Amino acid sequence: MLQAADVPFEFSTPEQEQRYKDLAEQLRCLVCQNQSLADSHAELAQDLRNEVYRMLVQGQSDKEIIDFLVTRYGDFVLFKPPLKSGTALLWAGPFLMLIGAILIVFRLTRKNARLVSPELSNHDQQRLDTLLKPPADRKRI
Amino acid sequence: MNRYFIPLIVFIVLIAFFRIGLNYDPRLVPSPLIDKPVPVFTLPNLRDTATTMSSADLRGQAVLLNVWASWCVECRNEHPVLMEFSQNLKMPVYGLNYKDTREEAIQWLDHYGDPYVQSAFDQSGRVGIDFGVYGVPETFVLDRNGIIRYKHIGPITQKTMEDIILPLLNKLDHPAT
Repeated sequence: MLQAADVPFEFSTPEQEQRYKDLAEQLRCLVCQNQSLADSHAELAQDLRNEVYRMLVQGQSDKEIIDFLVTRYGDFVLFKPPLKSGTALLWAGPFLMLIGAILIVFRLTRKNARLVSPELSNHDQQRLDTLLKPPADRKRI
Repeated sequence: MNRYFIPLIVFIVLIAFFRIGLNYDPRLVPSPLIDKPVPVFTLPNLRDTATTMSSADLRGQAVLLNVWASWCVECRNEHPVLMEFSQNLKMPVYGLNYKDTREEAIQWLDHYGDPYVQSAFDQSGRVGIDFGVYGVPETFVLDRNGIIRYKHIGPITQKTMEDIILPLLNKLDHPAT
């Protein structure tokens, strides 16, 4: 993974470094929108990484750091959008589609089940028996 | 009949969604600062190092706060619109000079013209972060109490100015009683 080629941050513990990496991974760079803060070389991403690092070293919690960015840049900075009324459909959508798909499959298979093996009339049964006999025994009906 | 009709309707609805989606610019991220007070800041004045410009200076009447930089190409494009706004219409626009050098910023203003009442000098871009700046130029419309009412991302065109910003400022300065 690319860490921007600038001043490397110094961490007091490996846990702190891991927290920093996790945060930078889950935050979106606003400039190049499909990259995380960790991946992006945009100048703003560097500034925001500095902020995240500064707050981390000051002893702020992950939540405080994320809130700091969300109040300024909106939920868009989060790769994982929070569950709230505006995003309910986004979160529930796949499950609704799954339920819909199951219902459709269920209906179709039931319909097909009814089509299979209808009762044969006596006449048809006789014809079928005749057709299934070995050719030598076959006679016209 | 239904077995042809239903997929067709699903298809048309999908196409309609895609068509609407085409009209959205993914680069325009809605600001969570709308209807919030302007972030508190105090920065050196761009032209006069001895004085400062602060968020308190933006109160009293509806104003524009324009984030700009001399390195910003699109700022050149909106510059005539801001000049017209401040020189001819005598409307107040404040500048937030973002991640620039003082020398180049002042040169830029002297060369092209200075539409700003004053510009704050945000060399590190730290105040820009408080404003959620991610693409210069950006322009905020503040009401007289210093509440952010609108944010425009990218250069202001004549059309944006006439259709959105001027009517909004007019409304903010003369609220219906």
